[in-house]
Amino acid sequence: MLRIENLSFMVDEEGTDKEIIRDLSLTLEDNKFIAVTGPNGGGKSTLARLIAGIEKPTSGKIWFNDTDITDMSVTERAKLGISFAFQTPVRFKGLQVLDLIRLASGKRNMPAADACLYLSEVGLCARDYINREINASLSGGELKRIEIASVLARSTPLTIFDEPEAGIDLWSFQNLIQVFGRMRETIQGTIMIISHQERILNIADEIIVLANGTVTRRGTKEILPELLKEGAAAAVCDRFE
Amino acid sequence: MNIDPIQLRILQEVAGLHDTPDGAFNFRFDGKSAGRNSTENIKITSKTDKSGIDIHIAPGTKHESVHIPVVLSESGLKEAVYNDFFIGDDCDVTIVAGCGISNCGGEDSQHDGIHTFHIGNRCKVRYYEKHYGEGDGMGKRILNPVTEVFMAEDSYMEMEMAQIKGVDSTVRKSDAHLGQGSSLVVHERLMTHGIQNAVSEYNVYLDGDGASANVVSRSVAREESEQTFISRLYGNAQAHGHSECDSIIMDDARISSIPEVVANCPDAELIHEAAIGKIAGEQIIKLMTFGLTQEEAEEQIVNGFLK
Repeated sequence: MLRIENLSFMVDEEGTDKEIIRDLSLTLEDNKFIAVTGPNGGGKSTLARLIAGIEKPTSGKIWFNDTDITDMSVTERAKLGISFAFQTPVRFKGLQVLDLIRLASGKRNMPAADACLYLSEVGLCARDYINREINASLSGGELKRIEIASVLARSTPLTIFDEPEAGIDLWSFQNLIQVFGRMRETIQGTIMIISHQERILNIADEIIVLANGTVTRRGTKEILPELLKEGAAAAVCDRFE
Repeated sequence: MNIDPIQLRILQEVAGLHDTPDGAFNFRFDGKSAGRNSTENIKITSKTDKSGIDIHIAPGTKHESVHIPVVLSESGLKEAVYNDFFIGDDCDVTIVAGCGISNCGGEDSQHDGIHTFHIGNRCKVRYYEKHYGEGDGMGKRILNPVTEVFMAEDSYMEMEMAQIKGVDSTVRKSDAHLGQGSSLVVHERLMTHGIQNAVSEYNVYLDGDGASANVVSRSVAREESEQTFISRLYGNAQAHGHSECDSIIMDDARISSIPEVVANCPDAELIHEAAIGKIAGEQIIKLMTFGLTQEEAEEQIVNGFLK
């Protein structure tokens, strides 16, 4: 279980403090598929980075399974069981897909055949990709799938996806929906997915709306029609525009 | 043949050998020939006018290899060795060179290997050269290789050059002359650390129509080491040349990358790319989200880059 208490995060913007996350409190239950949505600039990605430890909060606490992780490094949190799929996956010259999956899984000697299963899971023909370098020759959609495969290989109690739909074409995303659908079925831990996509929100156990750095709405997919109707929901669907 | 443990370790490092290899070979340990084998198609003979060997590969030789590793384990030894390869037409061969120095003494050890390749028509040659140094003595480990390649029509050569560890000073000079339809691919990997200094200079002459060259260098400079990469491509015919130098700079290291492309023919197409930069912070963070420490992440990124 992840518990966030009175979390705030401020940045210095041209000499003035800007509050990105405002006194945010939130609990994510175990084995749930939770979608976080809301307008751009509302603090969703910052919240994800605060949970992963990439950013440090100005104040507040983060607890993971009753351990205070607020002052823990990215590495320590990863070892405790938090995974984070980046919105913009990172390229590595020289490192191959197999290397990345092995590093992610923590099994340096993982057989290539096992690593291939994760690639197949995200709809990539494993044979064509397993020895590819993670460099500029891969498209945004391919990188995104490899990023998702790498966090699947980690299989941790908490996995955070930061806008998996960002930067990929609609056709690729149609297939990715199925990947998340399967994840939803075979859930082994909590999945927190930041998304603007109605089809993702539709398969979530819970939807959390984040705006102006705080939770403005929370509920099951029952709230989706209201969200889509309300003016605030225009931003939810801005990717369709 | 007697191989002591230090020599064996260095042989493993530079040539991946645990014993004498199949096929032709010439082992040179501490300035002396330590073992040699010629085959029906590959004849190795000592030079009579200077230190070194001639390697004659008969036309049509296919799928054979030559290993010519050099080991220096005696502190203070300095040598210049000339190895000339004469490769007949229509060959398909692999050549493994490489030099390792173990210097635990106070005097400098130095090996200057001068390799010349005369590659026949339609040949396919793979050349691997790895340099390695070890030992905690004050004496420096110095390697100054010179490689000169003459490629006849429609020949192909692939060169893998690696110097990953322990060489204090190196000045590497590689020249290639490409005939009609010939193709050269070079992959260089270099890592320097401590106060090491490395200079690598390529001069590629695209002399024949249809010739092509691709020179790719990847290097990592750590601590207070210095590197200089000079790449010159001369387009003297309707040919294609590409060189790429990609470097990771760390700590207080210094890197200089000096490209030059010279077109002496209007149909020559020449491209140079050079980039120097630190490891991207996002790369380190990504691997930290897998549970690696910052140091482990950097090591993985560097190892991958130089793989």
